[in-house]
Amino acid sequence: MGSQWVQFVASGLTAGAIYALVALGFSIVYNASGAINFAQGEFVMVGGMSAVSLLATGLPLPAAVLLAVAAAVIVGLAVEKLAIEPARHAGTVTLIIITIGVSLFLRGLAQLVWDKRVHALPAFSGDQPIHLFGATLLPQSLWVLAGAGLAVAGLSWFFGRTLFGKAMLATSYNPLAARLVGVNTRTVLLASFGLAALLGALGGVLTAPITFTAYDTGIMLGLKGFAAAMLGGLGSFSGAVLGGLLLGLAEGLGAGFISSAYKDVIAFVIILAVLFFLPGGLRGARRTERV
Amino acid sequence: MNDSSRYFKGARLAALTLAATLSTATAVQAQEPIRIGSFLSVTGPAAFLGDPEQKTLEMVVERINAEGGVLGRKLQLIAYDDSGDAEKARTFAKRLIEQDKVDVIVGGSTTGATMAAVPIAEQAGMPFVSLAGAVVIVEPVKKWVFKTPHTDRMACEKIFVDLQSRKLSKVAMISGSGGFDKSMHAECLKVASKYGIEIVAEETYGAADTDMTAQLTKIRASSAQAVLNAGFGQGPAIVTRNYRQVGLTLPLYQSHGVASKEYIKLSGPAAEGVRLPAAALLVADLLPAGDAQKPVVTAYRNSFEQKYKTDVSTFGGHAYDGLMLVVNAMKQAGSTDKAKVRDALEATKGYVGTAGVVNMSAADHMGLDLSAFRMLEVKDGNWSLVK
Repeated sequence: MGSQWVQFVASGLTAGAIYALVALGFSIVYNASGAINFAQGEFVMVGGMSAVSLLATGLPLPAAVLLAVAAAVIVGLAVEKLAIEPARHAGTVTLIIITIGVSLFLRGLAQLVWDKRVHALPAFSGDQPIHLFGATLLPQSLWVLAGAGLAVAGLSWFFGRTLFGKAMLATSYNPLAARLVGVNTRTVLLASFGLAALLGALGGVLTAPITFTAYDTGIMLGLKGFAAAMLGGLGSFSGAVLGGLLLGLAEGLGAGFISSAYKDVIAFVIILAVLFFLPGGLRGARRTERV
Repeated sequence: MNDSSRYFKGARLAALTLAATLSTATAVQAQEPIRIGSFLSVTGPAAFLGDPEQKTLEMVVERINAEGGVLGRKLQLIAYDDSGDAEKARTFAKRLIEQDKVDVIVGGSTTGATMAAVPIAEQAGMPFVSLAGAVVIVEPVKKWVFKTPHTDRMACEKIFVDLQSRKLSKVAMISGSGGFDKSMHAECLKVASKYGIEIVAEETYGAADTDMTAQLTKIRASSAQAVLNAGFGQGPAIVTRNYRQVGLTLPLYQSHGVASKEYIKLSGPAAEGVRLPAAALLVADLLPAGDAQKPVVTAYRNSFEQKYKTDVSTFGGHAYDGLMLVVNAMKQAGSTDKAKVRDALEATKGYVGTAGVVNMSAADHMGLDLSAFRMLEVKDGNWSLVK
């Protein structure tokens, strides 16, 4: 019984770290544009699939992984330049609908560029499971957790210590005021998509050895990441991480102790519950309107 | 004289024109192709079924046409992509019958898509050879519906027979939540007692799940002596990897749904020792020289792999069998009349296909028995026959 607990928690945390990376991407774009980027899951897919095809060309794994993340960043920037920027004066709802279109487009493109099959990336450091308190953990899970941890640390350094990061934060608080003090909000929007794609692709390459990757893996990951972002509070970085880990844990424990059939239901019940009872999420801003 | 000559001239002209029209009409009729309709899941979650199926149909139609066609007429393939959506499959089946006026339908990659089209084919009196697995397609027998793949029940039985020979009786089942997975799960439960098998644990996972360690941890705690995974797609590969991860060493059985090289590729070394029932096609090289299926499966595999440069899968084989059954039935019937083709299909005896030797009857619209399945084991990253 005790070892079962540890196993469920371990698998929950691994899944949670992936959700957290996707949720962070949602929050970054949300802060810069006020819109939800529903193509976030597709960035994950682009990262994973690029890594697989780069590896197939004979590149060593580390190079393939880095290039794949870079490729996804280019895709993210292109999405912003070609689809979001021309419509930046439109309302957020329009932007959201555009991102849904982008996600469909990327999925279709992936079917053409690659194929419709499921691919696996070799594990970064072997498949020999690590035994821990009676549970077993794949070394790749540690990569995922470490990768997510590093991404969070990097983000907090970027937003807390660099001028450009602070400019992005300022834009999220008040775009007009940020423009008045000389922040180029268009660059901020562009950078936010690049950063979101970077995080997504990082999640994609880290998880491809465990969960595999295919042209349509982005759909479910995008939805789960969105649920995590909602749970944590849209726009809050600590909230995104918290939301992702909680969601992963809820799924892992739910599958273990209630029924595996309800695993996906948990994520969507959480979205509904948050929307009903806690619209700002756990760490979201408590917005008050002054009249 | 002048008048009469003009009259005759006119008559001759008319006769000539008439003859010309008649002869072109018969020529057109002779060249009117036999229309083979199809709806397949070429994209979407079941793409790994529909993609090789479509490729196979195209390849075989091309070959038959190059050899002169059937009954002196060329074949024309009209295929739609239902992307695994039963509602689309239904619409396409209607379109094939009403607009494209096909002579026969060979298609339906998934059980869901097939069952959506069954009422339409039945109502229109359209011979329909399905390429999907579940037993509900032919049980109860439907007048116009046939199928080529083995059923999930046969897969369960084959596995249970193998378990009996290994003297194992307590089995844990882990199944996906797709149509195929659920159907096989239910069929296994139904026939388990017949083989003295007791199902001691039942777990499920979602179609897009990426981690099954929680379910497998529960199975590890049960009294199971072997584990049976009913599922297809990427799920079984994840189950296989997680299986080794949580340290399970019990014999693991997969279904025929994952019988493709891709499964071994995705699972990696974790697949070693996994057993599954599959068609002879996968192990064409391993078949003994006297095997009736050997020439058929070798020829199909070679031409497929030559043309498309990818590994052959049993699913493409189902499409091959479906089309060849229909072609044979048309030759037998000597026409493309739907009722006659149906009767000829039902009378198929001793057709050697990629799935096995087919002997249809009024009570059996699939015509395969357990011998059509071979028990395979993954060894050194490849299939091997279990003796």
